[in-house]
Amino acid sequence: MTTTDKSGIKRVAGAPLLELNDVKMHFRTKGEGLLARGTKWVQAVDGVSLTVQPGETLGLVGESGCGKSTTARLITRLLEPTAGEIKYEGVDIAHMSERKLRPYRREIQLIFQDPYSSLNPRHTVGTIVGTALRTHGMVPKGGELKRVQELLEVVGLNPEHYNRYPHEFSGGQRQRIGIARALAARPKIIVADEPVSALDVSIQAQVMNLLENLRKELGIAFVFIAHDLGVVRHFCDRVAVMYLGRMVEEGPRDALYETPQHPYTQALLSAVPDIGVVRGVPPKHRIRLVGDVPSPVDPPSGCRFRTRCWKAEEICATSDPALERKPVGDTVVACHFAEPPVESIVAEAV
Amino acid sequence: MTDQTVRAPQTVTRTPRARAEGEEAYLEVTDLHVQFPTADGKVQAVQGLSYALPLRRTLAIVGESGSGKSVSSMAILGLHDRKSTWISGSIKVGGKEVVGMSEKDLMSYRGADAAMIFQDPQSSLHPFFTIGAQITESYRAHHNVSKRAAKARAVDMLGRVGIPNPSRRVDQYPHEFSGGMRQRAMIAMALVNDPKLLIADEPTTALDVTVQAQILDLIADLQRDFGSAVVFITHDLGVVAEIADDILVMYGGNAVEHGPVEKILGSPLHPYSWGLLESIPAVSGTPGPLHPIPGSPPSLLAMPSGCAFHPRCEFRDRVGGDLCRTLKPELIPRTADQGRTSRCHLKEPDKVFETEVLPRLP
Repeated sequence: MTTTDKSGIKRVAGAPLLELNDVKMHFRTKGEGLLARGTKWVQAVDGVSLTVQPGETLGLVGESGCGKSTTARLITRLLEPTAGEIKYEGVDIAHMSERKLRPYRREIQLIFQDPYSSLNPRHTVGTIVGTALRTHGMVPKGGELKRVQELLEVVGLNPEHYNRYPHEFSGGQRQRIGIARALAARPKIIVADEPVSALDVSIQAQVMNLLENLRKELGIAFVFIAHDLGVVRHFCDRVAVMYLGRMVEEGPRDALYETPQHPYTQALLSAVPDIGVVRGVPPKHRIRLVGDVPSPVDPPSGCRFRTRCWKAEEICATSDPALERKPVGDTVVACHFAEPPVESIVAEAV
Repeated sequence: MTDQTVRAPQTVTRTPRARAEGEEAYLEVTDLHVQFPTADGKVQAVQGLSYALPLRRTLAIVGESGSGKSVSSMAILGLHDRKSTWISGSIKVGGKEVVGMSEKDLMSYRGADAAMIFQDPQSSLHPFFTIGAQITESYRAHHNVSKRAAKARAVDMLGRVGIPNPSRRVDQYPHEFSGGMRQRAMIAMALVNDPKLLIADEPTTALDVTVQAQILDLIADLQRDFGSAVVFITHDLGVVAEIADDILVMYGGNAVEHGPVEKILGSPLHPYSWGLLESIPAVSGTPGPLHPIPGSPPSLLAMPSGCAFHPRCEFRDRVGGDLCRTLKPELIPRTADQGRTSRCHLKEPDKVFETEVLPRLP
């Protein structure tokens, strides 16, 4: 059953809050050199599918160039995908016109990584947050200022500071302003692209706790993008691992961190330096990946990880593994030779 | 199916190095002050820092932005502009006094005795010159050799830092290298003159985690081969746990805790170190809540009186006589263990850690 509310958003009952189906984003680049001919395509995102239920947090992890930030820009429709569907409450917004998108922009908000460049230095905090209220028609009866002050208080800033400028705040406080601006629209889902990675450790924990409280109290769903695997583990219900524009593994947090099945996930997790070493946790065997991530202009055939994978065989070059559930394990994984790490197999046998 | 040997990943496990106590210090920093006069007042970036480091050991300097970790390390290489910086105290590297060294002496000291690896290899390499030209320049500044011999040395160094095909790569430009390769090239450049002291300022912060692991392995391997002393500046305690022998925790321009890595990360004695440990979400074990340090780091223009950390410290009320606000504590041993020091008035910090902090670590 489809309903249309007064803001103009169509909703299909029972549909997930957000659903991406085989979404692709290919950017055109010029060939190298003066006399270069032929256009090349950077396959930044190449067939990503995911779903987010209301109130759920999905973590997207991967190394630079894996397409996680492009995915964020696709979900928020700052980019129009080359192919695929982006469904918000069952309605495809992938190619929707700017005018029709407006009400959706209110419900899908974005928090940026850099708290310095994402706030206008010439606007006061009151203007920054107030503009978000006015743009989305969210100014309440009590007046704009009152709501701005409420929002500042929610994110842990002094409500009296509404007439200050961004440069008067520290990095952590600026990130809070960005969060207040996102909350002004009363979103159902927030896409947070590396929201804490520019912050110092002690400030990072403050902002993480704030985001977690907002999630619990307001029931907002999150797509949380970070390269810090500890931060993602702390915040997310489910985690998806990306490599070179594709999703290689996805599943509930604990399953993904404890029994990862894709060789890349295993290598990624084993490479994280763990402070537990000094507290008597036995040092883990670190999988040493050789080489660099291949170019997204000309990715390897078949499985994209095969050029750096120790399990790779002929089939990996000829056949592209589908993201699917295997007989063992609780994650979905795109690998011909997926299996839980050796240690956990041993642990189960004992 | 192939046999098991082919399917097993290439793994490495770092083994902790044996401790050699009582070695002579190669780097000795004593009561270092670094100040920058500005229009708004005097920025006191480093305020009385002292530490020593022997050869073949790695010291991690940990701290947040503005703690003085980079400023103090740049002073070791004499990189501060004399006109706009006021430095006092002493920095001895292999017996040479660096504070007040003439520009001419600094030129022969830098690179040969001490070298630095910077955080961002993109901006630290010159885009107009080939990697080889930049390495040979550094080598020929200290060695009277032909261009051909210097280039052979550059190829050799690139090979040692794990760059495939070094004889071809040596003629390429920085933009033709990936991020991890550029950092390797930087390391090759820093080590080309066999310096006995290597300062690495956040060398892996800009890198992806799998590349970071490669670079950490490389630095550890090279240190073993070259026998140098390494100062490793970072904010990532996980990296510290893997690479360092000792840790120096800095806050507000000063050392607040210093000692062997397993002690400082295993049972720290300073409330700031506790706060750091409570702020970091782990990748293993049961996820627990984070307990961040309230407030933000102090302004270097207006440092708090007494202990620099007292405005953010939840234990300050345990110390009688308003001591934390009025008296700056000394960096001395606080427990029976003489091998570690901390700067805090709190009594019996080891018991406070065991009973109150340890149970709530994430």
